[in-house]
Amino acid sequence: MAAQEARSGVDGSTHPESPPGASSPPAGPRRMRRLLAMLAPLPLAGCAGSIFDAKGPVGAAAGLIMINSVEIMLVIVVPTIIAILAFAWWFRSGNKRAVYLPEWAYSGRLELIVWAIPIMVIIFLGGVIWIGAHDLDPRRPLSPLQKPLEVQVVSLDWKWLFIYPEEGIASVNDLVLPAGVPVHFSLTSASVMNAFFVPQLGSMIATMNGMVTQLNLEASHPGQFYGQSTQFSGDGFSDMNFTVHALPPSQFARWVTQVQQRGPDLDPAAYRTLQKQSLNVHPYTYRYVDPGLFSLIATRRIPPGGGYETGRGGISVHPRPEK
Amino acid sequence: MLGKLTLQAIPFDQPIPFIAALVVISIVTAVLFWVVVRGHLPYLWHEWITSVDHKRIGVMYISLGMVMLLRGFIDAVMMRSQQALAFRAPGYLPPEHYNQVFSAHGTIMIFFAAMPLVIGLMNFVVPLQLGVRDVAFPTLNSTSFWLTATGALLVNLSLIVGEFARTGWLVYPPLSELRYSPGVGVDYYLWAVQISGVGTLLTGINFVTTILKVRAPGMSYLRMPVFTWTALAASLLIIAAFPVLTATLGMLILDRYLGFHFFTNTGGGNMMMFINLIWAWGHPEVYILVLPCFGVFSEVVPTFSGKPLFGYRSMVAATMFICIVSFMVWLHHFFTMGAGGNVNAVFGIATSIIAVGTGVKIYNWLFTMYGGRINFATPMLWAVGFMVTFVIGGMTGVMLAVPPADFLVHNSLFLVAHFHNVIIAGVLFGVFAGVTYWFPKAFGFRLQEGWGKAAFWFTLVGFYVTFVPLYVAGLLGMTRRLQHYEVAAWRPWVLAASFGIIILFIGMVCQLVQIVVSIRRREQLRDVMGDPWNGRSLEWATTSPPPVFNFAVLPNVQGEEPYWEIKRRAIETQQLSPEPHYEAIEMPRNSPTGVITAFFCTITGFSLIWHIWWLVIVGLVGAYGVFVWFAWRDVEEYVIPAEEVARLDRERRAAREKWLAEHVRVSEPA
Repeated sequence: MAAQEARSGVDGSTHPESPPGASSPPAGPRRMRRLLAMLAPLPLAGCAGSIFDAKGPVGAAAGLIMINSVEIMLVIVVPTIIAILAFAWWFRSGNKRAVYLPEWAYSGRLELIVWAIPIMVIIFLGGVIWIGAHDLDPRRPLSPLQKPLEVQVVSLDWKWLFIYPEEGIASVNDLVLPAGVPVHFSLTSASVMNAFFVPQLGSMIATMNGMVTQLNLEASHPGQFYGQSTQFSGDGFSDMNFTVHALPPSQFARWVTQVQQRGPDLDPAAYRTLQKQSLNVHPYTYRYVDPGLFSLIATRRIPPGGGYETGRGGISVHPRPEK
Repeated sequence: MLGKLTLQAIPFDQPIPFIAALVVISIVTAVLFWVVVRGHLPYLWHEWITSVDHKRIGVMYISLGMVMLLRGFIDAVMMRSQQALAFRAPGYLPPEHYNQVFSAHGTIMIFFAAMPLVIGLMNFVVPLQLGVRDVAFPTLNSTSFWLTATGALLVNLSLIVGEFARTGWLVYPPLSELRYSPGVGVDYYLWAVQISGVGTLLTGINFVTTILKVRAPGMSYLRMPVFTWTALAASLLIIAAFPVLTATLGMLILDRYLGFHFFTNTGGGNMMMFINLIWAWGHPEVYILVLPCFGVFSEVVPTFSGKPLFGYRSMVAATMFICIVSFMVWLHHFFTMGAGGNVNAVFGIATSIIAVGTGVKIYNWLFTMYGGRINFATPMLWAVGFMVTFVIGGMTGVMLAVPPADFLVHNSLFLVAHFHNVIIAGVLFGVFAGVTYWFPKAFGFRLQEGWGKAAFWFTLVGFYVTFVPLYVAGLLGMTRRLQHYEVAAWRPWVLAASFGIIILFIGMVCQLVQIVVSIRRREQLRDVMGDPWNGRSLEWATTSPPPVFNFAVLPNVQGEEPYWEIKRRAIETQQLSPEPHYEAIEMPRNSPTGVITAFFCTITGFSLIWHIWWLVIVGLVGAYGVFVWFAWRDVEEYVIPAEEVARLDRERRAAREKWLAEHVRVSEPA
């Protein structure tokens, strides 16, 4: 599809903040555009980042289910609204042509229809729900053939840690993925509940301390996508966003090699520092990650992060020594 | 001596809450001063504060709800303006303040605006519709109200002393645990909701007892007006759901106060349990609020269409269907917690099944309008506005019930727009319709129509201009509760929503002006006969405002629309039914039990929040002491002599005879 401005120089060091979500070029025709056109009377020039501008199979399928369910409902919702307005207008007291039936309060046939229409719609929609909930279960692998990339996600106060266990590296607030490769995420939280969400890739999932949730996503094409926490997690919540960089697989391999050569190590001691509350952390990478770290966090063998280190809202700890 | 309470609790360093607190204190002081100086205090004490009359209590509930609605609306204005300013900028509210604002907004709107408004309508209307003199337990009713007021007072106190919760309105742990929220904010939330929750539970018990056991002769279940049916459904839901809330928050209290580990990260706690339990209350709560409002529309639409409700039995069945199914859907509030395909699918389908009940109701109102002669007075405008808007909100609700779709918009502004769509259109429009509809019954004069219609149009347009942009922002991926944001694509929609809230504000002002104008012109708006809308149920059979005993003689109910039958017979025969035999009436005595109990509960709550343990004991002993003192009372009731009853009822009959004489040739009442 359209050539993407995949950034060749993504090396995991601090990026100048590219306006998240706003940088993606217009994608090719998508069926989802129809709904956007309906919903949005104003021109949506900067609509990149919309859930209907999906850049992966999960987001596209979920968006399609959403549109389908809306279409199913609109079949009765639109006539109902028109009927409400039409009846209200036609039977206004000033309209002498309208019939007046002061005693009419029951009709068995109408009652049957009144119950049958919603029931039929819900039976139909129930099928959509049942199939959709299983097909798009976040735990379900995307491809039986292709081996997914493993990524472990830890939500911290207030930043994201992405661990690549097979590559032995980690990244903070920057998620770099190979395009066209399924990714399997295991997610947990170092303190309070958060939720991992990349609108253009689809399917958010909660991150909870002491528990591991699973998520399968794939970016079909290279590009940059906006990601964020969607579960309120305290005073630094608004800054808990991150950028997803989907790179062509060859560039992803090069990025991994580059990361492995520089940056600090992430062992349990370094993690304890990282765990402290901090805001607005610029993205950076770790060249080495203790292989058991994620499991130590998820099983609480590393205790959960504490709350405020100083008084009200105090932010005194920054995980990365300033250069 | 004063626990954690020091002078630092007062936000001298934060200008916005400090000034707001000063303004609130000045207004309250001025009002109190005026009341005392003008000598209104004895009147207020004897006629209102200690009143156990369900009508007075209903009016006080609605007044409390309206004041809290204003407070919550100010919070909403602050949130919208903060987001309007906070594009790549910090805005004017720092996170620790902004987070309190949205938490307080949700808490106040649900617990202290919507609940009192709905319960207030139930209080005022249900005994009148049942044709009886009061609820089953009048003093308990007064206590319920004052406990709710205690909760509201505590929430507002947090503005001045300390802080409010910064966790969102449902205080999800572990964020709300001591470790992550060490301040008193969550404690304010917990005790305010616990104390008012007890009040709400007592209301539920009171109304279920009243509706099941205290009805006029002949008022069988299938002759009860639909509003009363919905009040019954809501009260049953209260009895089933509020203990869950109390227990859940009780466990969080144990975590925070005594170091338990129900929901903590450490010590084997599980926060998912809290989220399950709180929504096991939270989803039925939605229907506790909206079912009575469906009941209001089921009264308003037939009255203003001039014909009976279409499919009365269907309506009752749909109400009870919603009542039961509402307990089977709570998991849809956290599809994204990773429950798996089967669980999510079952709860998704259960959720959409609720739409069957709601859909039936919509069609029944639709066919009630069919063949009617619709008089578009303000309540009917609210009803039609509700029907159209609620259908849209129901549709987005079913969208959210589809798990894969929910995975894209959960916790986004789309979700925020959805629940405001159903709560504003359902609950708020319903309450406004109900207040306009029953206002003449309560005060003896109608609300002025012009300002009411203006309020309707501004609120309706304002609602769409505010929340349609939020729907779009949600589809663009904007999550809720953001104190600032960087995504340019969201900005126009956020700004549009801020513009919308200005329109909503104008609507609010129109409501206030409407009340002032109506009071000033009350003589022109007087409801002399007691039946200003050509009503169909028993509350219109008595005077406006009704005497303290409601009905001189309990009506004998013979059909689904008892008053309509009485009225038709009177018009056909051109005379009222023969004068009944009047007897003396026993009415419950007013009692300060409620307000004194609530006073001690306020002390208990406040001192628990600030760990002033000796004062906790004082408060608890005081509250229990009042209860014992009340239980030992010697005289429960006073007697209204038969002559007084006869005198009041003859006045009512005279007004109706005069009306009949003036309408001799009109076959239908105007």
